[in-house]
Parts: sequence; structure tokens; C-alpha cells
Amino acid sequence: MPKIGIIIDGNRIEVEQGTTILDTAKERGIYIPTLCYHESLEPYAACRLCTVEVSRGGRSKMVTACNYPLREEIEVKTDSERVRRIRRTIVELLLASCPNVKIIRDLAKEMDIEEPRFKKEENDCILCGLCVRACSEIVGVEAISFVGRGVDREVDTPFRVTSEACICCGSCAYVCPTGAIEIEGKDGVREIKKFHASQPLERCKVCGNYFAPRVQIDWMTKKLNLPRENFEVCPTCKP
Amino acid sequence: MNFEKVEEILAKYGHKESQIIAILQETQTNYNYLPEEVLKYVSGRLNIPLARVYSVATFYKAFSLERRGKHVITVCLGTTCHVRGGRKILEKIERDLGIKAGETTQDFEFTLETVNCVGCCAIGPILIIDGNYFGEMDLEKLDTVLKKYSAG
Amino acid sequence: MSPRKIRNKDELEELKASILQKREQKRTVIAISVGTCGLARGAGEVMAAFREEIEKHDLSDEVYLRETGCHGFCEKEPLIVIYPNGIFYHSLRPKDVPEIVSETVVKGNIIDRLLYKSLTGEKIICEEDVPFYKKQKRLILGNNRKVDPTDIEDYIAIGGYSALAKALSMSREKIIEEVKKSVLRGRGGGGFPTGIKWETCRNAAGEPKYVLCNADEGDPGAYMDRALLEGNPHSVIEGMIIGAYAIGSAQGFVYVRNEYPLALKNVWIAIEKAKEYGFLGEDILCSGFDFDIEINMGGGAFVCGESTALMASVEGKVGEPRAKYIHTTESGLWGKPSNLNNVETWANVPLIINKGAEWYNKIGTEGSKGTKIFSLVGKVKNTGLVEVPMGITLREIIYEIGGGIIKDKKFKAAQTGGPSGGCIPESLLDLPVDFDELTKIGSMMGSGGMIVMDEGTCMVDVARYFFNFLREESCGKCVPCREGIKRMLEILTDITEGRGKKGDMELLEELSEVLRDASLCALGTTAPNPVLTTIKYFREEYEAHIKDKKCPAGVCKELIQYFIDWEKCTGCDRCVGYCPEGAITGEKKKGDTYIINQNKCIKCGVCFDMCKLDAVIVR
Repeated sequence: MPKIGIIIDGNRIEVEQGTTILDTAKERGIYIPTLCYHESLEPYAACRLCTVEVSRGGRSKMVTACNYPLREEIEVKTDSERVRRIRRTIVELLLASCPNVKIIRDLAKEMDIEEPRFKKEENDCILCGLCVRACSEIVGVEAISFVGRGVDREVDTPFRVTSEACICCGSCAYVCPTGAIEIEGKDGVREIKKFHASQPLERCKVCGNYFAPRVQIDWMTKKLNLPRENFEVCPTCKP
Repeated sequence: MNFEKVEEILAKYGHKESQIIAILQETQTNYNYLPEEVLKYVSGRLNIPLARVYSVATFYKAFSLERRGKHVITVCLGTTCHVRGGRKILEKIERDLGIKAGETTQDFEFTLETVNCVGCCAIGPILIIDGNYFGEMDLEKLDTVLKKYSAG
Repeated sequence: MSPRKIRNKDELEELKASILQKREQKRTVIAISVGTCGLARGAGEVMAAFREEIEKHDLSDEVYLRETGCHGFCEKEPLIVIYPNGIFYHSLRPKDVPEIVSETVVKGNIIDRLLYKSLTGEKIICEEDVPFYKKQKRLILGNNRKVDPTDIEDYIAIGGYSALAKALSMSREKIIEEVKKSVLRGRGGGGFPTGIKWETCRNAAGEPKYVLCNADEGDPGAYMDRALLEGNPHSVIEGMIIGAYAIGSAQGFVYVRNEYPLALKNVWIAIEKAKEYGFLGEDILCSGFDFDIEINMGGGAFVCGESTALMASVEGKVGEPRAKYIHTTESGLWGKPSNLNNVETWANVPLIINKGAEWYNKIGTEGSKGTKIFSLVGKVKNTGLVEVPMGITLREIIYEIGGGIIKDKKFKAAQTGGPSGGCIPESLLDLPVDFDELTKIGSMMGSGGMIVMDEGTCMVDVARYFFNFLREESCGKCVPCREGIKRMLEILTDITEGRGKKGDMELLEELSEVLRDASLCALGTTAPNPVLTTIKYFREEYEAHIKDKKCPAGVCKELIQYFIDWEKCTGCDRCVGYCPEGAITGEKKKGDTYIINQNKCIKCGVCFDMCKLDAVIVR
């Protein structure tokens, strides 16, 4: 891809055409806060926290850094007054919705927000969609999805019961930034209560420790079309 | 459960994922609502993950995953109907039937819904019962119309 | 004789000539408007009565009863126009029909009481002379009265598909050039130059290309697209075929909201007919061009009127918008170059091709050419659909076409652009209707909804209404829209319920800025418009609610009280029967004994509506 020249926070640099502002910023150690971004997933641009200001020919507009492709010469400001105001309000709105979520409280502290000016609720999910997207894009089983619409939007399994497609792999919990999705392992069973998942774990043929749900191993053998022996040893014991 | 009707509908729309809304809409007309088994059946036949079908069924306001009443009363709350007193009509029906918008009466006679504009703004407020449109609704006319449906 | 596919322009003209010749035999044509709103007013029964009378008098060979879509004068439905003289009868009941047939149709006599009476009392006979229609320029909607939407031959008889025949003999570049020269701008609300959109899509890399028709008309109060699709679907289809040819697309989609069942039905019929006659399908008019149209139905989501959400919906997904940093003309439906236009935009295309861009340019203003159909509704005397040249003033529309405010009350505001638009006060009534002029003052043309409000409308309540609407319709994906609208609604509700406090307006303005800048799609970015324009032009009303805890318009329940006016009350006891809480007491026939118990009163307003003497007052 051809290179183009852009100005970011006053500095003139060259980037490969099509690179996103966020990728460019990360490469150069410029901090842009994000919540719904994950390098292994397609940008979703739902939290809007990575909003930055771009201008060209005297006109400026606000765009999300995670998915804005740099295709022509423009100027990017990652920390202007306008950008800061937007970030603050987004965090304030999230703080009012999820006042007990650590990552939001941390961001609020960073921005000197003490109390939100809105009625506080008690949600633990910020609807970033990382769990849904991981389940769909990385794992590929699409066991959970966004349910409902608008202020009633939630993440859950179909009909809010145990999903037949779920392999209890825990990827959703792994990517969740708020801790709203917890994995519990007890007596050889893995539970992800939020998504009504409860699956027995297999023991490693070498060390005997529980390590993966049976359904996940079933699914992997089927998907990769490999013999089951390949999945009977835990990652620690694997040669 | 008999899925013959669903098969017919799926065939009518060529088993296309792009026609999911029309498929679910016709299915709902047939079964009165969208039962869980039917959604699972559609998911299987169209090879769409159930989570996606469920997401679609809960996103669009046209769909109901709960059994609805024999008669569906829809009150239009578009801007013009609102300016012309649509809200008062809704509130009167809510009081008379003892249910709120989105609910069904205990005897499953009536389901009350609202819609955000059906495009008959010149003759609002509009009331739709079982697909029949009633324009220029007022509190008096309302009594007459509701009585007709309560009887039959 | 079953229709044979038309193979070229000559055959089309021959067919048109033969249709016209056949129709000459019927000396009288009665065009009756039976669109959805006409039917809601009883036009169905009137039509049935006509069918019966015509049979009874054995006139089937001489009289043609044409069932058409909306003519636009919805206030006067059910209405008919009797040709060849264009006699206009309105507000009909089935019992009027026998007289109409025996007197007017058979003998040629006019029935006075069914004629339109102007505001000066003058009786108007001809449809063209009706003041409501006179100031309009009904280039597009006017054809509704000339066609039965289910009969393609009606459309051919008025020159339908001749623009297609002409276009297929032009080069694709020439067609795009013509549309560009016409400066046709999107009629759905965005106002983007159509020709440039077509050109971008044509030049985009990727196959296949798609053309789409946005018939999701979700703005409450707007129903122009419904009338066009119900009444003259072929005009839209013809436009789409021409556009598809110019862009190089073989597949089109019409996305119709499910709240428009008749439009869905008529579009479907039209597509089938167009296929039969060879205007759709393979090798259209033997040009080598293939094009087909599929219908998609909406599921009750306003957000699906947004182009990327619409496309997601067509793909079978939820209507979640996505970023438009890469335009849909480059990557749209299934990631392919897609051209989406609004119903009215498509309907303008055959006109531009037939008459030419130069002719089209002469209508309208510098920046906005052609006509625009508005739905003129609310507290205006003549409600209905009006088609006017761009540049006409709001005052002319509301007063000269609309006839002014109902009961001659005071005009307060005109709301344009739906939930994305704003309220325009009296001081700006002389503003010309133009894309850029309306945007300059904080509103927007939008899809064409124009809701007239009078002194009895509370502007704070209007803002709250729109936020309530948007809260229900937000897809919920992005934080500013989902959370921001929710909180702005909370503030507005507090204000309308007497809990407004100092700083509320400033907080609304602050949140507005964030919604405008950071929302993912136009639902969020334009959501602040109603509140910003009402704060700008009706600040005193906000202040009355917040500081004085009063609602000057007498609307906000918590801030008003209903009283019985003893000077007007006659003690008829009517209100007592209607009061759901038993809050009204009094001695029958003694007007000055009737009192509303304020503690029991739930402010439902039923007594106010039911009293025939205006003896219930609101303060």
C-alpha cells in the first residue's frame, strides 16, 4: 500500500494508506483510551471513547480512531479540548450506568470526574460487545448475542437459557473488561453463570488436572477434524 | 409441533437469510406469536445461528415472543397523532382494559401495542384493530369501536 | 390477450396508443382515492357503493371507476374526481353515491352540497381550481389520480416507461451527467446530490453492484413515500431501473416498512406486472440489460431508515448502523458498491430523463431544484400531502395551501425533519423551503414531514416527545445515543413534571454537543435538533417550566389543573360520567355547584374533551 503523509498532534508522519488512526497512534506511543477495542477483533466503534478530531481544508469533524482509515492527507488531534469534552461525557455517562465497574471508575478518576450528574444505576455490563464478537469472530460458535434494542439492550444466550452452541471455553470472560462475566470452576465443572453455562471438565491424561470442558474438546476435534488424542493433554503438559 | 406452515413460508421466501424479517413476520401471523420451537426450527433450516435469530426476533418491534391476544389494538403515537391527543386515547384504553401498552389482557382477548406512525397523519389520532384502521379517534368513538370487538 | 413483452420504444408507443384508443370508449372516468387514509375514512364503502350503482344503471361500458392512491387532499377524503371535466366532490358518504351517479354522471348536473367551498364561501367545481391544489406544482404526486396502481396500462397510458426506453438508448455516462446537471438532491432527508452518488457508485470497484430504494419512511408525521408507493409504484420502479442501468447494477431492493401493508402489496403487484411486460428481468427492452427487484420488509425499527442499518437489515441482521468513513457507494450491501435513494428521489428520475435537466433546473432555487412533497399535518385546516416547488415559503404552504390554523388559533411552530429536525417559529415563516436555508436555522428539510403546532402545543413537551421516541428507537450500540438520549429524556421529563432545576438547559446543551459529535449514526447526531431549536426559539417556555413550574400552553399534566367554569357550566352532568376517578361532583342542572376535586383528579383530560360547552378550563 502506498504511503501518505498526515499530521498527528502537530507532528508530520508517514503512514501506509488505510491504516487506522488508532493503529497509527499505538505505533507511536500516543495514548487514546478505548473500551470496546481489541486487537484480535474487528473494530466495533460502539463506546466512542477513542473519538478524535480530524481536519482538512479548514473543516473538522470527530471520528472514532479505531476504525477511521487514513486515506488522504489530514490533520489528527488526539487530545484537543473538543476531544476531551467528549471523552469526559462518555465516561460520565458510563459511570452513571455502571458506578461500581473498576475500569470505568479508573477512567473517571483519570478525568477528574467525581460524581456523575445523572441518576446512578447498577449495571456491570458496558455493552462493549467484546464477548459477543469474540464468540463470533474468534471462537466461531456465536452462542451469545445482543438481545433487545436501545436502553434495553443486553447480552445473553437465546431465550436466556443454556445455549446448545456454547462450548464453555470462557473466551467471553477473558475479553470482558468489567468482570461482568465470571468463570467459576468447582468439582470438575466450569460455570459461566451469566450465560447459563455449566459444563463438566476433562482431566489431563498426564497431570490429572481439570483443564477444558468436554464440549469444547468435542467441538475442537470436530472443527479441526483431528483425532481426539490431540486434545487430551493440557497445555502445560503438552510436549 | 407442526412445522408444515413454517416450511411453506420458508419455501415462499426461497430460504433466504435476507428475508428473515418477512419470514418471521408471516410465521408470527400464523402462530399468533413467535414460539421458541419455531425460532429454533427456522434457525436450523436456514442454517443461521440461533443466537442471531433470537437477536433479530428481539430487536425488531414487530415481533412478539409471547402469546398475544385474539385482537391486537395498536395506537399510533406518531407526532401528529400525539399532537392530536393520541396519548389520551392510549391512556383511556389502558384504563378500560386494565393493561399497559405491550401487555395482553389476562383472558387473552386483547393485546395493546403502540406504533410510531403509520402514515395516516392527516386523519389522526389513528387506532388500528386487527389491521382495520380507524381515523380521527376520540374518546366517544373509542367506546363504540371497543364494544364491537369485545362482543365478537 | 396475455401481455407480450415490449421489445423497444416503438412497441411501447404502439401499446400506449392502443390503450388510449380503448379508453376513449368510456366517456366518464371516476377517480376515487382509496389509499390507506382514504380507506380509514370509509372510502372503501363509498367505492363499493359506486360499483353497485354503476351496475344498477347498466353503465359499466360507459363509466370507468378508477381506484387510485392518495391525491393528497386527505382532509377531504373520501373524494372523487369525475373526468373529463374534473368535477371535484369530497367528504363523501355511501348515501351520496346514488345521487352522484344519477345526477352528475348520467345527466351532467352538479350537486352543490358536495362541492368544495373556499374560505370565502365560493363553490369550486373543478379540481384544478381548488385553492389547496392551485399553489402546488404536482409533477410527481399529481399522477396518483391518473393511475390505478395495480394496472400497469394506466401508467403506460400517461407515458410510463417512456423515460426508460429513452434512457436505454443513451449512454450510461450521459444519463449520470443529466441527473448531475439536474442537481436532484436526495429527498429522504440527507439532500445529497443524486447524480454524484450514482457516479461514485458507478466508478467504485467491485461486483455486483446494488441499487436500493429506502421506503422505510420512519419520521412520524411523514407519509409522502407511502402515498407514492401505494399510488404510483411504477414511477419509483422506472426510476430504479434507469438508475441501475446507469450504475451497472443487476439487482435492486425495495425496503418497505412493515407498517405500510398496502404499499408492500402494490409494489409487489407492480414488480410482477413490470416483469410481465418486459420492463424488468432479462434483456429489458432488448437492450441486453438485466435487472430484477426484490422486496424487503422492515420490522418496526426507525433506525432502519439509516442507510447502513437498512443494508444490515437486508442482510438478515439487526438494524445496527456502521461507520460511513468508507461510503456505502464503495462498500455497502454485503460489502459491495451500493446506491441507495429515497422513494421520492427515484420518482423524480423518469421526469428528469423525459423532460431533461435544463427543464428541471428552472424549478426551485439555486441550491434546491425541483419540487418537494410535504405532509402538511397537525393543527392546520387543510391537512394532506402537498407538492410544491422548492423556494416557496413556509407561510405560503401553511396559510395559502393549508388554509391557516384550525379554529383560527395562533400559529406557534412548524416542525420539519421529524426527530432529526427542528421547530420553526413564526418569525421565520417567510423562510424559503430549501435544503440549505432550513439547515442554516437549525432544522432540516428531512423527508418532508411538516407538523403545524398552535398555541395549545407545549414546546418542551414536543422536545420530550421526540426524545421519548428516539429512546425507543435507538439501536443501543453506541454510548452517546443510548445513554445520552436516556439522560436527556430524564431531564426533559423532570422539566415537564415540575422537577426542572437551574442548569438543566445548559446540561441539555452540553449533552447535545456530545451527541452531535460522537454518535455513530445520524439518529444520534441529529437527535439534539428538536431540543436545541426549541431552547433557541422558545426559551421562555422552558424557563416557565423550570422557574415558575408552569406550563403556559396548558399541556404538561403535573403543571396544570382542570377547573369547571361556572359561567359556562349548565350542570348537564356529562363530565361526571366520564371521569374515571369520580373526581367531579355537583348538583344536576345547577352549573355553579360543579367542582373538580384536585386531589382525585389524574389530569387525564377526558372531561375537557367531552364537555360540549367548553366549560372545563385548563390552567
